[in-house]
Amino acid sequence: MSAVNTSHSSADAHAHDEHDHHDLPWIRQYVFSEDHKYIAKQYLVSGIIWAIIGGLLSVLFRIQLGFPDADLTWLKPLLGEWIQNGKLDPEFYLALVTMHGTIMVFFVLTAGLSGTFSNFLIPLQIGARDMASGFLNMISYWLFFLSSVVMMISLFIKTGPASGGWVIYPPLSALPQAVNGSGLGMTLWLVAMVFFVASTLMGGLNYVTTVINLRTKGMTFTRLPLTIWAFFITAIIGILSFPVLVSAVLLLIFDRGFGTSFFLSEIYIGGEALHHEGGSPVLFQHLFWFLGHPEVYIVVIPALGITSEIVATNSRKPIFGYKAMIFSIVAIAFLSFIVWAHHMFVTGMNPFLGSIFMFLTLIIAVPSAVKGFNYIATLWKGNIIFTPAMLFSIGLVSFFLSGGLTGIVLGNSAADIQLHDTYFVVAHFHIVMGSASFFGMLAGVYHWFPKMFGRMMDEKLGYIHFWLTFIGVYLIFFPMHYIGIAGFPRRYYSWTGFDAFNTFTDLNEFISIAAIIVFAAQFIFIFNFFYSMFRGRVSTLNPWKSNTLEWTTPINPGHGNWPGAIPHVYRWPYDYSKPGAADDFIPQTVPFSATPESNFPHEKDEH
Amino acid sequence: MENKELQHEEELKPTFAVHPKKFLLWLFIVTIVMMFAAMTSAYLVRSTDGDWLKFDLPNTFLVSTAVIILSSITLQGAYWAAQNNNRQMLIAGMGITVVLGVVFLVLQYEGLFIDLFKQGVFLGGEYSNPAGSFVYVLALLHGFHLVTGLIYLLIVFYSSVKGKVGSSDLLQIEMCTTYWHFLDLLWIYLFVFLQLNN
Repeated sequence: MSAVNTSHSSADAHAHDEHDHHDLPWIRQYVFSEDHKYIAKQYLVSGIIWAIIGGLLSVLFRIQLGFPDADLTWLKPLLGEWIQNGKLDPEFYLALVTMHGTIMVFFVLTAGLSGTFSNFLIPLQIGARDMASGFLNMISYWLFFLSSVVMMISLFIKTGPASGGWVIYPPLSALPQAVNGSGLGMTLWLVAMVFFVASTLMGGLNYVTTVINLRTKGMTFTRLPLTIWAFFITAIIGILSFPVLVSAVLLLIFDRGFGTSFFLSEIYIGGEALHHEGGSPVLFQHLFWFLGHPEVYIVVIPALGITSEIVATNSRKPIFGYKAMIFSIVAIAFLSFIVWAHHMFVTGMNPFLGSIFMFLTLIIAVPSAVKGFNYIATLWKGNIIFTPAMLFSIGLVSFFLSGGLTGIVLGNSAADIQLHDTYFVVAHFHIVMGSASFFGMLAGVYHWFPKMFGRMMDEKLGYIHFWLTFIGVYLIFFPMHYIGIAGFPRRYYSWTGFDAFNTFTDLNEFISIAAIIVFAAQFIFIFNFFYSMFRGRVSTLNPWKSNTLEWTTPINPGHGNWPGAIPHVYRWPYDYSKPGAADDFIPQTVPFSATPESNFPHEKDEH
Repeated sequence: MENKELQHEEELKPTFAVHPKKFLLWLFIVTIVMMFAAMTSAYLVRSTDGDWLKFDLPNTFLVSTAVIILSSITLQGAYWAAQNNNRQMLIAGMGITVVLGVVFLVLQYEGLFIDLFKQGVFLGGEYSNPAGSFVYVLALLHGFHLVTGLIYLLIVFYSSVKGKVGSSDLLQIEMCTTYWHFLDLLWIYLFVFLQLNN
């Protein structure tokens, strides 16, 4: 909001004819805004709301898993009919798991993460007035909003939301008779996802176009901050993979509504033979995971980019291996498209094919390890400043490593026979993809909050939030590895009937308690966020002494970002603690000719 | 010092850039390509699984293919007319293209819901087979995109009538032509693909 307020003064002082904003009607300033900064904030707040809902759902099913014998009547005011005789409805449990996954993967960590930071940072860090198409950007947010509304409605219908897992495998998801959630709930899920994909694609088209075409003078590709590289590659992955999900969803819609048999083979339900013939449910898995695997990189790469920026700034050192960082992102993006079948090792796939996908999967460890190594090498002997953003970034590096290691285990097609669909998988992806990108998102909020709202977040609350969350995440997900190795399957409502798993009762209880504490700790952040927005300390122009362009804008940048001309760029963004320099940082806007004392022999201004 | 900086600003090389809107369109085309690539890959994967109905595509599709190629030619003519500020040719070309686009859609409808029905090839239901369903889905999905192209054509047609398209305002008609040619090529690809694999 503050951004729009200040646009009056800055726009008056320096008229940018095409960027004047002050005579727009109220609704186009505060609702259907085309300003990238405002849209970013809309995405952020929507993402936070979805994160609370998604987190709450996980707490609900953790209560069921941790305390299977407890009387849950006290949840009746919240869940109503879903609590029968003090027990959680088993079908609703499946719906909770499904919606938790869907909400977190798509609505929080795709829209909330990319939507917020790509929108906010791309124009600010490459030196552009706004996105290539502000209108498309606005439509992108409101399609996401529409998708959110549809998905939200599905939570409240009588038959319950989709419950076939976030991967919506047919035939479960294709046959309304299969489970209550495959009725109207599934239909709403599919409709919501079509809007969601349209929104993501519009966003992605804009990000790529903006990065390629609207960079300021001197901002060559090798001078782009790594955040921008990450958002750029993420958008490309999205453009290439989301249309495939549309195809899969479309075929599924035809199977559900028009009686086709793309994914449905000869099938009996309730003793009655259905007319479907000749479809292939595995085909759906191929199509789904062709999106689904790149999707996990869509989720994590922006977080890695944000971390690169924050770690370098707060170590007061150049990022170690700038080009290696770019190459590793590109390599991960490329590999992400040719490993999808490692989600399908147990579908009866040809073992030889499995070994090829295993080989490709394990190669991903190489660029990932390059990134992990470079983060640590950047931290090594740095003058580290432990801001909350820095702590969350270091937390991300920790998760990326410990979660990545179990990925090497899971990538083996032989080991996967035992571990497939167990809590080992749950532990793996919650650490490496869920928690890591969640930490990246939180780090980004702490770091760029001053630029978003012109105020600082409270540091002490940030520290408490970090330590509770960081330790809590390990307490939740580390024990899951053990349960998983023992063969405990995911998505099970209750295991008390199985002797093999009875010994894990206390461990499950422990996990559930940790999960509830971590969920509660997030409200510290939410309080801090909204309180600081209005009452926080007023920020300075460049609170973290950072080199990138966004800190050359006014504290509350108006529409068009820079009141005067757009600054030009003369150097890469990581000139921290350069030998000989007076300050320990040299912003990108300072030409080499102004810093003869610290230039390396090859550093001359371009001619 | 200040002079030096100014001098440097002049010397900085401009960054690589093409027209953002044209670039957006090309990226949009990439997303459509990915969607159809997924569909046709699914088709190939599924067709090797057996239980696959063999049938001939109706001749109507041959006619509709000819019509849409013709419409691309007339649109290109309209574009050249716009370049030469030949308004009458421009409006005529645009008008004919719109008509041909509509004719194409009608022919597609006839091919799917009349000719294929007569052959006993259905979209869904008890007597359907994925081989037939794929033809319906691919043609319908292409038809949907063609409707968006048709709307785009109508917008540019309106602009042409209003005199807003000419050698100095080529962007709109240029982008429209790109999109329409793409839809044309996309159908040719689908048609050849279905012919070869049926």
